[in-house]
Amino acid sequence: MCIDCGCGTDEVSIDGRSYHSGHHAHAPHISNSRMVRIETDILAKNNEYAARNRDFFAERGILALNLVSSPGSGKTSLLTRTITDLNSSQAISVIEGDQQTTNDAERIRATGVAAVQINTGKGCHLDGHMVGHALEKLAPETNSLLFIENVGNLVCPAEFDLGEAHKVVILSVTEGEDKPIKYPDMFHAADVMLLNKVDLLPYLDFDVDKCIAYAKRVNPDIDVIQLSATKGDGLADWYAWLEERRVHPECGYKRTAHHVPSESINGAYNAPYGEEV
Amino acid sequence: MHEMSLCEGVLRVIEEQAAVQNYHKVKTVWLEVGALAGVEVDALRFGFDVVMKGSIATDATLEIIELEGQAWCPQCMKNVMIRQRFEACPECSNYHLQVNGGEELRIKELEVE
Repeated sequence: MCIDCGCGTDEVSIDGRSYHSGHHAHAPHISNSRMVRIETDILAKNNEYAARNRDFFAERGILALNLVSSPGSGKTSLLTRTITDLNSSQAISVIEGDQQTTNDAERIRATGVAAVQINTGKGCHLDGHMVGHALEKLAPETNSLLFIENVGNLVCPAEFDLGEAHKVVILSVTEGEDKPIKYPDMFHAADVMLLNKVDLLPYLDFDVDKCIAYAKRVNPDIDVIQLSATKGDGLADWYAWLEERRVHPECGYKRTAHHVPSESINGAYNAPYGEEV
Repeated sequence: MHEMSLCEGVLRVIEEQAAVQNYHKVKTVWLEVGALAGVEVDALRFGFDVVMKGSIATDATLEIIELEGQAWCPQCMKNVMIRQRFEACPECSNYHLQVNGGEELRIKELEVE
């Protein structure tokens, strides 16, 4: 049971195993109706977990990236290609989020790096709490690169901070070029848009300039990289973007709006919730 | 459907506060929801009833206070109202707006026993 966070969602499992049982608060009985001011952000709890994850990453020099997209954008293919190309020079690990199956974690492990699968059950996104537990199991190396592949969904993952340095949104040219304005919250939350499958452009009506203009309209600061995970176009630009952030991962953690400092983590290796690994 | 998760977050806060503020039943919940918070109010209402069932907030009424989206237009040098993130300034058509209101997602207050 998770003694530190103590909440109970039954559907979520990490590598097939549930990580806690639930409990609820019970208050003594007092009658008479009255008003109670609460003034609490609904996402405050998630943001606390995310802040703990963020401290964990920052203290260890881990560059954590939250990969978000629609299903079928080529996220996992891009990830396996990236790992294959960078693994010899850079320690990498992966947290995979899907509603069901461990297929993606297996694809990642086949490249030789450590991967933990979170199955969210009915859940449509990863949250800070799930990722904290996954980190206990994964135990990523210091100064490494951590990819968190979120559930394929351009809506809900925008709202849930995981403690990452950057959200990376992947859009493939086989989708609509107006997705940045159809799903503005996600493109607003992301720091970079990877336009994938550009090798297919000659066969499609996708207007790249229009797509980029839409993305910039929602988020004027968003970086855009055009690439093809299968053919290799543009990958050098993506790796250069990663390298720039890997050298200074703290830059990504400093400017995140939700950052609430948590207690410092002691010990040689403590996971975000204090349990020894 | 992350509205369901948000409702679970609301219930968690209600249950935590029950011990602190000494109540055993929640009759009304007031939530502030900004127009740019990425929340579908109908889905939130649906999720609320489902999630609260069997808890100290069973059958509680959900009151939603909707807050308008607001952004600073550096060209007009003032705040303007927007309904979506990708909207241009209604006065000068500039897209480079800085959102500064309407992202709220807060539990404001409760009517309890």
